[in-house]
Amino acid sequence: MDGKPMPDRFLRLHPNAKALLRDVPVLAFDRFRDTFLSQVAAGARVSAYFASPRGADSVRLLAVLSQPVSATLAVFATDVGASFPALTPDCSQAHWFEREIAEQWGVVPQGHPWLKPIRFHASYAPNRDAWQRRPGDPIRPADWDFFRAHGAEVHEVAVGPVHAGVIEPGHFRFQCHGENVLHLEISLGYQHRGVERTLIGGPDARSIHRVETLAGDTTIGHAIAHSMAVEALAGIKVPAKAQILRGIMLELERLANHTGDLGALAGDVGFLPTLSYCGRLRGDFLNMTALLCGSRFGRGMVRPGTVRFDADKERIQRLTEHLDQTMRGVRSAVSLLWETPSVMARFEHTGALTREAAAALGLVGVAARACGLEQDVRTDFPFGVYRFAHVPVSTWDTGDVFARAWVRWMEIQRSYEFIWDNLMALPEDPLPPLPLGAELEPDAIVVSLTEGWRGEICHVALTDAAGRFAHYKVVDPSFHNWFGVAMALRNQQISDFPLCNKSFNLSYCGHDL
Amino acid sequence: MLNVLKARWHQGYRTIPYPRAAPSLPDRFRGVPQVRFSLCPDGCRACMDACPTGAVGTDDHGKRRIDLGRCLFCGECSAACPAEAIVFTTDHQLAVRERRDLCLHEGGVLKRAAALEKKMLRLFGRSLKFRQVSAGGCNACEADINVLTTIGFDLGRFGIQIVASPRHADGLLVTGPVTRNMALALQKTYAAVPAPCLVVAVGACAISGGPYAGLPDQNNGVPPAIPVDLYIPGCPPHPITILDGFLRLLNKIA
Repeated sequence: MDGKPMPDRFLRLHPNAKALLRDVPVLAFDRFRDTFLSQVAAGARVSAYFASPRGADSVRLLAVLSQPVSATLAVFATDVGASFPALTPDCSQAHWFEREIAEQWGVVPQGHPWLKPIRFHASYAPNRDAWQRRPGDPIRPADWDFFRAHGAEVHEVAVGPVHAGVIEPGHFRFQCHGENVLHLEISLGYQHRGVERTLIGGPDARSIHRVETLAGDTTIGHAIAHSMAVEALAGIKVPAKAQILRGIMLELERLANHTGDLGALAGDVGFLPTLSYCGRLRGDFLNMTALLCGSRFGRGMVRPGTVRFDADKERIQRLTEHLDQTMRGVRSAVSLLWETPSVMARFEHTGALTREAAAALGLVGVAARACGLEQDVRTDFPFGVYRFAHVPVSTWDTGDVFARAWVRWMEIQRSYEFIWDNLMALPEDPLPPLPLGAELEPDAIVVSLTEGWRGEICHVALTDAAGRFAHYKVVDPSFHNWFGVAMALRNQQISDFPLCNKSFNLSYCGHDL
Repeated sequence: MLNVLKARWHQGYRTIPYPRAAPSLPDRFRGVPQVRFSLCPDGCRACMDACPTGAVGTDDHGKRRIDLGRCLFCGECSAACPAEAIVFTTDHQLAVRERRDLCLHEGGVLKRAAALEKKMLRLFGRSLKFRQVSAGGCNACEADINVLTTIGFDLGRFGIQIVASPRHADGLLVTGPVTRNMALALQKTYAAVPAPCLVVAVGACAISGGPYAGLPDQNNGVPPAIPVDLYIPGCPPHPITILDGFLRLLNKIA
């Protein structure tokens, strides 16, 4: 080598647009690594980084880095055998992805600082396991060494999988000194249903239903991401009215969840008025979703190529009345938070993350925007109706529970305006019927991105020679953000854990899939 | 403080009058289906092909049926049908006591959940505490159980409460297909509830595995070792459907 670095090589891909797999450069590992690290150093974020099988002894690592400046994705690959030098020591964002690669395909990222399973399932590769477990060895969730703090009066607190509230299961292990949390390690995987692998060979009649339940509170977000992937591969054009209705559904989903979260945050600091009101108001937004499609969670609405339920003038009229009335209720309920000193005293300076930490960890969505990072798929990689209707990015810079609550409140107002504007703009003509029998492009790749209410949702679909899914990767926003919860808990009171956790409100099954 | 009172006044009284008055459900809500397979054109299997979970199919005797325990209430069968053989009504009263009661045949009428036996009613009729266990649930069933505790439904007025510990509970609300990684935790939670333990399976996943039925990482719902007292179908069931099931169990709706 003459010391001159080789230029980065990658496929520049637009989200929601297909490319042929043969156009994705397969680099030598060193060049893959250099490209990965230099792109991240230049401001790219890891949207997906995963392995797909390639014969008995090797896997192909595929990196999808998002570059908001050019609104494009850098896609590149490398082939590795039983192990490869981990990128994590040089790039914190790779941490969780490399643990996933190790668990799924039994390939060891050497030098990874904390190589543990993230979901606790058997390796997908026969006779290859990153931890030399034999086939048939029992695999129990959270049954592993945890990071330990030592010293006088240091103690450990274990919580879960079954929690006190009506929430999904997960295990949390705190290292504490008195009330002070030195370290929190989060061990998930209890919700693992193995969804990704069941999408292979599809799409079929079951695919969309499994996608709708990847994270049930994000039915619309995931269904749109999946549909856009299928539409890109099949060359289907979605009618404008369907695009607008999808946008309205996505923002209703955001309104319901953000409103519920603000209520739950109020509950976690013992402020009951906002808790009570927001609990009901969240339901009102869900009822608006049901008014459009019959399901409070938007099940059955979004389908590749279209939406299944139209909205006529009379329905839109009812929706706008309901929306206005509910929004008045939300304003009255939420504004109490900001003017109540006992609430603000608990929200401010609790669970703070710096902008630098958020960027280094690759956080997405509300959690990232609450640290001052201006990132939002609706603006950075506009899709569907967002190409025409702009939603301003809402940020705050204190990175604490207050910031995560405040960003939600700002987004509630923006989503309301968006829905209002788009209901007015909805074409009156009925939805055209779906053209039948579209085939997917064979040997192709597509990356679709949407901004769910938690943040960036990324679906990557690879097709085989017959135009069926050969590999399907889902990155839920929670996958990026769980580590943020652990970091936010450092040097906090353990009693603030519920508050910090709720301020992120991440999905367990979205992570565990 | 004045603003808190002002907001209280503005928010008003919001608890629904159910079960005194019928709930208001949207026209597109998909509840109990009306099944008339006698209308099926010869050889037509459009509904069966459209069904993602095999809920529409044939039983052991070769008779066509819809199994609401597997049904996601997506309405794809109804949309695919050329003859209105399956029509979803807005009837929300879906809960039953026996698994087999969820199968609807030609002209079938759903056998709604009967009340608990006298002895159990004496124990639980005025105070029933549940512990919820999510075992692979996608957070939709969980969310619509949670909604019951809000002021809109106010579960507490019926003497029903969701509690933090199985030791304080009279029964379990199970959601999810019971993932392999949650099977042990579910079993332990069940064992921790003092007998007799009422078990309610909420949602298609807990009843049959739902969209995940047959996959290796899950258990097709609540295992036989944990006998179920009440089945509440849906994906997810509407909160009013869940409430209706509880109230039938406690003999508060006849």
